[in-house]
Parts: sequence; structure tokens; C-alpha cells
Amino acid sequence: MSSQASDAPLPGAPAPDGPPAAAASTSAGDALERTLTEVEREIRELRKITNEQRMDLNSQIAILEVRAQELREAIARDPSPWQTVQLARHPERPKIGDYIGALARDFVELHGDRMHRDDPAIVAGLGWIDMPAGGAGTAAALIGHAKGRDTRENIARNFAMPNPEGYRKAVRVMKLAEKLRCPVVTLIDTPGAYPGKEAEERGQSEAIARALLEMARLRTPIVAVITGEGGSGGALAIGIGDAVLMLEHAVYSVISPEGCAAILWRDGTRSREAAAALRITAPDLAGFGIIDEIIPEPAGGAHANRGAAVNAVAGAVRRHLGLLLDRPIEALLEARYEKFRRIGRVREMEVPEAPAGHTASPVAPGS
Amino acid sequence: MLNWLNRPKVASSGRREIPAGLWIKCPRCAGLIYRRELERAYRVCPKCGYHHRLSAAERLALVLDAGSFREFDGHLAPDDPLAFVDEKPYPRRVDEAQRRTSMPEAVLTGTGTIEGAAMIAAAMEFGFLGGSMGSVVGEKIARAAERAAETRTPLVVFSASGGARMQEGTLSLMQMAKTSVALARLADAGVAFLSVLCDPTTGGVAASFAFQGDVVLAEPGALIGFAGRRVIEQTIRQKLPDGFQTSEFVLEHGLIDAIVPRAELRATLGRLLRLCGAPVDSAWTDGGAAAGWVAEEVTAGEQPGV
Repeated sequence: MSSQASDAPLPGAPAPDGPPAAAASTSAGDALERTLTEVEREIRELRKITNEQRMDLNSQIAILEVRAQELREAIARDPSPWQTVQLARHPERPKIGDYIGALARDFVELHGDRMHRDDPAIVAGLGWIDMPAGGAGTAAALIGHAKGRDTRENIARNFAMPNPEGYRKAVRVMKLAEKLRCPVVTLIDTPGAYPGKEAEERGQSEAIARALLEMARLRTPIVAVITGEGGSGGALAIGIGDAVLMLEHAVYSVISPEGCAAILWRDGTRSREAAAALRITAPDLAGFGIIDEIIPEPAGGAHANRGAAVNAVAGAVRRHLGLLLDRPIEALLEARYEKFRRIGRVREMEVPEAPAGHTASPVAPGS
Repeated sequence: MLNWLNRPKVASSGRREIPAGLWIKCPRCAGLIYRRELERAYRVCPKCGYHHRLSAAERLALVLDAGSFREFDGHLAPDDPLAFVDEKPYPRRVDEAQRRTSMPEAVLTGTGTIEGAAMIAAAMEFGFLGGSMGSVVGEKIARAAERAAETRTPLVVFSASGGARMQEGTLSLMQMAKTSVALARLADAGVAFLSVLCDPTTGGVAASFAFQGDVVLAEPGALIGFAGRRVIEQTIRQKLPDGFQTSEFVLEHGLIDAIVPRAELRATLGRLLRLCGAPVDSAWTDGGAAAGWVAEEVTAGEQPGV
């Protein structure tokens, strides 16, 4: 076991280029996006001129930067589904270490699945969570996907796409939390489980299936937060919780918009349409009863003010933990069962003989 | 349509498209097989052993005691929660699949017996939108698990699915969670769950209930895996070897308990059901059995041109 903490200080990396704006489109958000790209291009040019020709254009740059920020905030106030995808994937969004740093102290990372290897795409460990207003704090297991802060770290962490051993490590630490009678907090931000050769050899399906089964029956409270990309089974594998929270501009989807477009339209460039059709934004998912609460992001999105974003997440997690820790475990498990058991939409055709009349209804548990 | 499928007691909804001809070309060895001979061999190619895909109804007819299947929840049909339209609207895709398969959804669930041993059975229909799991499939599997727990009867699920159903979006993804909570409860009740992986079992179905069985069996040569072959090849930028993601591959890697040839599936499941404490009807005697698979086909005769 190593005690290396992954909650390094927030990086002060330079702002990268804004969200990509490729295909032509007509919506208002898309128009703002094109304008932003243009403004950012001008800022880069002015900076270049300032540096190369020693001209002082800083006042003009400052004006343009204010304009760019206004545009970013305007987009983030009402993003299209595709823009939400871009916000959710924004490279400057807070990372697992930032959230753990805001939520817990004395974090000790626990490595390895005890079977094969340590998967750097998932970070897991124990930390102490202080509760607000003098409430009793608690130890907790903190588990989440680890996107990197730069390309090098992203490669080292496989772009937060776990292998089976990552899910097995997650389950191992969850079982430890159950044993210690302390809650579990999961932080979800992954493009998906890694589609690799060795992942198949070591049972990616089995690892995810096992994680789902164990989370369903884990005898301790679980709070799950989708902080960025909720990429399909690779996200859900650590996503069964008594409370499932979601950052305002995160997404949670059965397949990436690109993958969906490639399969259903046989055209990977129709991702914008797919993003809208799949209904993957936080308000959509709240409407379907898939998530319990939307955590608002600061103006411009989580990347625009990481400190505020991680504090908002930490506050929401503490509040839900406070509620869940008060409940008897049997009631908690029953509620967890009902919560996931209800999700879905089916039509009950009238039986035995009703040729026409169908009624749409949310699923009733049992039969 | 084969006459043995007309047996009313096995899922009146079962129907399958097959060439009208007397000869069938094996997709693996390309050999021509007399159709009767193929049926008699449980649709396993007598030349190369290729296991042709079975419909859900055929699967149940093959494995269960003749006439023992009683379907439940057959009235559940898909809704269109996302109002999803790709090249065509989702309800139209569903409608076409229903016409093609005569099934309301991609799974049949009910009660049945094998050699008198009681089970709750679920059989997936790959011909219905690739056996994909949307809300209804998730609901039917969850209800089957709940019935199994209530009646303390082992659950047997025959999977054949490409994974989650995109047209129901994140609701489909959450069916992995829904089936998991129901199966966790079944496990806690101490009731066995036997999972049989048929060709193909991939994606969200493989990554949820299919791999949650206490015992996991597979048919020979089935495609079993998480990610699609093309996706993996694009990701790792190399060709995958032959035999990757097959039943034999997952057995070798320790991921399943056994590969069971189709001819032995009924006997193996019967044995496992008894070993797992299934309630057994002591009055049951051999006779009807899966012999019905062949006997009825032979006696019923054939209607030309159907």
C-alpha cells in the first residue's frame, strides 16, 4: 500500500482552445460557439504580435478576453446537448484529485486488485470527511475515474478508461468500506470501460457485472456523482448509489454520441444530432428518474472556476451523506432496490383480449 | 415456418424466418445440409458442429419438458421514452421486429420444467433488434428474478444479445442496474441463477446479468465479450486473432464454468437444477421431454411453400 496522495494542488495550466466548433449549424448556441472560436483566434494572434513585435496590445487583449468569457458563460448558461458534451469533456474540468481534496482530508490511496495489477484509470482509497455544522465526521471510501491533467498523465491513466482490474480494485475498496461501516463516495468521469484485447481476456464484462451486483447489495451508504463524462457501462459500474448526483454540465449515456451516430446513421460526424437524440443531459436524466439531484456549476462551467465547482460537489455529497448515515441499513437497501427497480418505461398491453388499447405507464415494481 | 414451432404451449409468439428450401447452407463450413437432418441435430451442423442460432421459442422447445412452459409478463411492450428517430422512428423499428418475430419484445419469460425440475426461464431473441436490452427486457428479467426469489425456484436465463438498446438511451443503460439489483436480491435469498450464454452475448447484457450467474455455461462457438471486435481493433490498432471472444476463449481465460454442446444442454441443465435444489415433480417421467423437438416435427408433416 502506498500513501501517495493524488490530490495535488490545482494546476494553473494555460487555457486551451475552446470547445471545438466544427460542423455548420444553425442554433443560437452554435452561433455563439463560432463567435467564441473567432474571438479566441484573435486573442492568440494579438498575443503573438505582443511577444514577437514587442507592441503593447494588452488592453485590447483584455477586452477580447472579457468578451470570450461572456461568450463562454452564455454558452454554458444554455448549452445545446452537444455543447454539454464538450463541457463535460473539457480538459480543464476538475479531476478526481480535486474532488477528493475538497471532500476529504487524510486521504490514503489504496492500490491494486490483489489479482493482477493496479489500474491507474481508477483511484480508490480511504479519507476522512468532515461534516458541516460540527456534525460527526466519518471515514469514507472514495473511488473514481482518473482523467489526467495533461497528455502525459492521460496516457499513464489510459484516459480514465478502466480495465477489469480497475473495477475489481473498486469493489475491493467498497467491501472494505462495508467492513469498516463507513460510506462510499464514487466520482464518475470516463469515456467508458477500455475496449482492449487484454481487457477482454481478463473479463471486462464479468468485472463490470460483478461491480453492479456488489454495489446493489453493499451494506453501507453509497453516494455516486457524475462529474464529467458518464460513459456507458464503464461509468455505471461504479454508479449504483443511494443518491446519484450529477454536475449540471455532465453527461451520462449508453453510448457516446460519436458511436451512436456511427452505428445508427453510419456517419460519425452526425454526433450533434445523436447527442440531442440520446437525451444525456442532467435535466433529461432527472426527468427520467435516473439521477436525484443536479449540482449547479459556476458561471461558464466547472472548468471556469474549479474551486467553486469542487466545493459545490463536496457540499452536496456531505449533505446526502448526512441524510443517508442516519438511516437504518435495511431501509437504505430497500430504498436502493426500489430506486433502481423502477427505472424504465414500458407499455402494459391489456390482457387477455384487447387489440388496440395500450396504456403507457412507468414501471411498477413487482407484478 | 417449422411445424414444431406451432405447438401452442411453447410461446405462441415464436416464429422464425428460414429459407423455404429443403437444403440449408451452413454459414461456417458452407456445406449443404438437408433441413430435416439439421433439425434432428438441434440445428447443429452435422459436418462442422456449427451451432445455428435459435429463436427464443426454439430454445425453450429444445430445453424444456414438452408443454411445460407457461409464459408470464407477455403483455409488456416497449414504449418510446426518448421519441427517438434515427433513420426511422423507434416505434417503427419495434413494429417491424414484432412482425418479424411475432414477439412483443426481445425476451420470453415464464415457468417451466426440465426432467420435472422446476425453473423460472428467460430466453432472449436475437432476431428482435439484436436481442437488445431496453426497459422491457430489463423489466422482464427483473420480474423473473423476483418470481424466482419468491417461489424459491432457480432462474435460468439464455442470453443472446448485442447489448443495450440505444434507442432508449440512458434508460437502457440503467436496465443493467435494474437487473443487477433484482439478481442481487435473488442471490441473497439463496436461490440459484444459471446463466447460459448463446451466440452472441456482448455489451451491456454480458456486463450485467449474463455474467452474474452462479453457474455460467456457453454454447460452443458463441461470440462472448464486452466490446465489439471492430472497436477493439481500432483502439489497439491491430488485428485480433481468430477465436477471440468465443466461448472457447472465455472458458480458457477462466470466465465461464463450461461449454455445453446443444445436444447435452437439456441434460446438463436438468442435472444442475436438481443439484441447485430446484423443486422436482416426482410424477414426471421421461417421454414427452425434448423428444418433442424431433418427434412432433416428424409427425406433424410439412406444409409446402410456407
